[in-house]
Amino acid sequence: MSAAQWRRAMNTQLPRAQVSVVTQAPDRSATSFPGYIPTQDLFNQNKSWLSRAWSIIRIRHSLVLLGLFIYPLIASPFFTYQIAAQSMALGLIALSLTFLGGYGGMVSLSQMTVAGVSGYLIAIFGTSSMTAISLGWPWWLAVIFSILIAIVFATLVGWLSIRTEGIHTIMITLAIGVAFFYLTQQNYVLFNGFQGFSKIGAPTVGDVDFKDPNAFYFLSVGCALLSYWSVKYLVRAPFGMALQGIRDNPRRMNSLGFNITAHRLAAHAFAGLLASVGGILLIWYNNRISPGSINTGALINILVIAVLGGMKHPIGAFIGAITFVLLQNFAIDLVDRQRFNLVIGSVFLLIVFFSPDGLLGLWQKLRVRWASSGRDERIQGSRRA
Amino acid sequence: MQLSKRTLTRTVISAAILAATTGFAFAEGTLKVGLLSILEGPFAVPGQDGIRGAELALKQKGGTAGGMKIQLISGSSDGNPDKAVAATRKLVEQDKVQVMIGPLSGDEGIAVKNYAKTQAGITFINGSSGAQAATLNDPSTNFFRFNTEGAQWMVGLGDHALSKGYKKMFLIAEDYGFPYSQVQGFMASYCAKGGKVLDKAWVPLGTKDYASVIAKIPKDVDALLVVLGGSDAVNFLTQYEQAGGTKPMVGGSITVDQTVLNYKGKRRESLVGTASAGPMADSLDTAEWKKFVADYKANFKDGFPSPSLFAYLYYINTKAALDGLDAVKGDLSGGQKKYREALQKTKFVGPAGEVVIDANRNGVGPTYITEVTKAADGSLFNKVVKTVPNITQTLGLPEAEFKKMGLGTRDIPDCRK
Repeated sequence: MSAAQWRRAMNTQLPRAQVSVVTQAPDRSATSFPGYIPTQDLFNQNKSWLSRAWSIIRIRHSLVLLGLFIYPLIASPFFTYQIAAQSMALGLIALSLTFLGGYGGMVSLSQMTVAGVSGYLIAIFGTSSMTAISLGWPWWLAVIFSILIAIVFATLVGWLSIRTEGIHTIMITLAIGVAFFYLTQQNYVLFNGFQGFSKIGAPTVGDVDFKDPNAFYFLSVGCALLSYWSVKYLVRAPFGMALQGIRDNPRRMNSLGFNITAHRLAAHAFAGLLASVGGILLIWYNNRISPGSINTGALINILVIAVLGGMKHPIGAFIGAITFVLLQNFAIDLVDRQRFNLVIGSVFLLIVFFSPDGLLGLWQKLRVRWASSGRDERIQGSRRA
Repeated sequence: MQLSKRTLTRTVISAAILAATTGFAFAEGTLKVGLLSILEGPFAVPGQDGIRGAELALKQKGGTAGGMKIQLISGSSDGNPDKAVAATRKLVEQDKVQVMIGPLSGDEGIAVKNYAKTQAGITFINGSSGAQAATLNDPSTNFFRFNTEGAQWMVGLGDHALSKGYKKMFLIAEDYGFPYSQVQGFMASYCAKGGKVLDKAWVPLGTKDYASVIAKIPKDVDALLVVLGGSDAVNFLTQYEQAGGTKPMVGGSITVDQTVLNYKGKRRESLVGTASAGPMADSLDTAEWKKFVADYKANFKDGFPSPSLFAYLYYINTKAALDGLDAVKGDLSGGQKKYREALQKTKFVGPAGEVVIDANRNGVGPTYITEVTKAADGSLFNKVVKTVPNITQTLGLPEAEFKKMGLGTRDIPDCRK
């Protein structure tokens, strides 16, 4: 059975009415696909892809776009660069985990490592303070090769980890992440050990210097939007559908003739692309990379961001990243400076405690509550009348 | 009246948002000064002592400088340069501090110096960071460091080792920037005067097992140069003793600290005579140092028995920053031009010697050579045996000669044969 047939088969079992109450169906059946939209609308072969894309744009999308565009005009450079641009870069790396975990059912802790591989490669291929190691290629060539090699690395990690499930996947990817951290810390020929590389700023293209806060903001927002859109697209495409099927019931998918290994491997490769783009942005943002950028703390931070935002929808990664960056920057202003990590920790704990689906889940809950309370009031009002 | 639960919730939320965004209103004549230290991770304890040092300098001035009330706003790093720059950027761009003090560790210092280049209107003053490159390579005109750095702290120790008859040594040190500087400070004069360092063992920070390093120590060395910090030093000492090692030691500036002096093993007796060097010493016998220790103890009941290196370094840097404000009467106009001129002219006698800076805005000061000595009650302490005054960043060499040698790395300097 091909993926298209699988989609059609699923679609016939799925009346439209059921789809609108997706959020209230926590069981992991086919109806709980994040962002599920009936496929006959999306994959109507008679429409061109452009009109199909156009048909899914809603008012809220244009509002968000407008907001993103106006934001640097009203925000200070600090908020544009340190808060927004950093959130976008971290969000991108977390998005790769959301894609793997939320849609593929594979929680990989090594996404920051993949980002670190591309970051280190951009320092090695491009220009940096370590002229003895850096090859000084033009930035675009360095970017292309960094991303390609990082994708190969991500695929290799995937190849090792997809044979395992659940906690074992986490352990294997964590082990790879820690191993790479120690490699970079102790290797001087390639990674320059403890000190790593500095002066790896974003390039100047034509008249645009991407080191400028606003230019870098638009670059990272552009990359984030593109990745967000591609994830949204991919999870509804035949490949994404099959991946979600594999997440929910691998044995059944296998018996239907899907190559589980190939699908999971491809998911790792795609997540590797997202993570490596995020990694390059993060290194340009920091202007440097050292083993401290990819230590265990950094690996866990990506997981925290993904869980904080919610893994059921790609936007969760960015919401989580914004929350995380805001907390990291401003928690120290809220309480005694020796205790500010307590605030960060408690907020994370509270969010995960009250909403296992992160901030997105919280939002959904509130929406359901408001909707129902509004209805109740109306009913009460009509009774009174 | 019916006040619905929803209205109540919304009122509470809006009130909270209002309170959070309004913030504090500042009185006229307040100057914001950023203070960056390490308050999380393995360096959190020394980082807090650094803050104590800075606060002590401000307290001694009654919380004001240049006719303005000084408000210290602190930022935290975990020792990672990325985080140090992020915290600095927040203090400068968001909290709008005029003067920035920090950071604590070497690589952070280089990263903050690079950031300082993008903020010409703000003056950056070092905390306790001691990387040579921060002021030697590509210095920033608004980055001042009133303390001496890692290589300067070891000048004179090489001569001292030779005078004790250590002609051949074996080096064991942690593998990052600060020990590179320390080793260069030691070897520059040691090698020039005929000493040999037969081999160097660079170990990663936090190494637990030193067996392979100990096996490599040649039989014919006279002493070991040990530039390890904290628990690494104690681990090495224990394992070297268990392996039957008997060679005397020479330590780096943070090697022979209280954790090592409180060491209870069999080699405790043989620690006596271990030489090390640094920009200060607990046992300094000057009125300035005693006053500093007394002030520290009176102000911080939760502090250490005696101020640490970090408290001392943050203290002199903060004091220089505040004295500069006094000198210009708080005038920070014209891109802080007058203030920087005043800082350049800084000259005062600190707790451990005179504080002045060179043309690269780096401290020139004394180094104290100490030896572990047994006190009357049987406890060990570092006794000052020699003071080497006015050490420059070129380690007493002419600038051209120093440039030829280059900054300390794993392979520089080298004198095996």
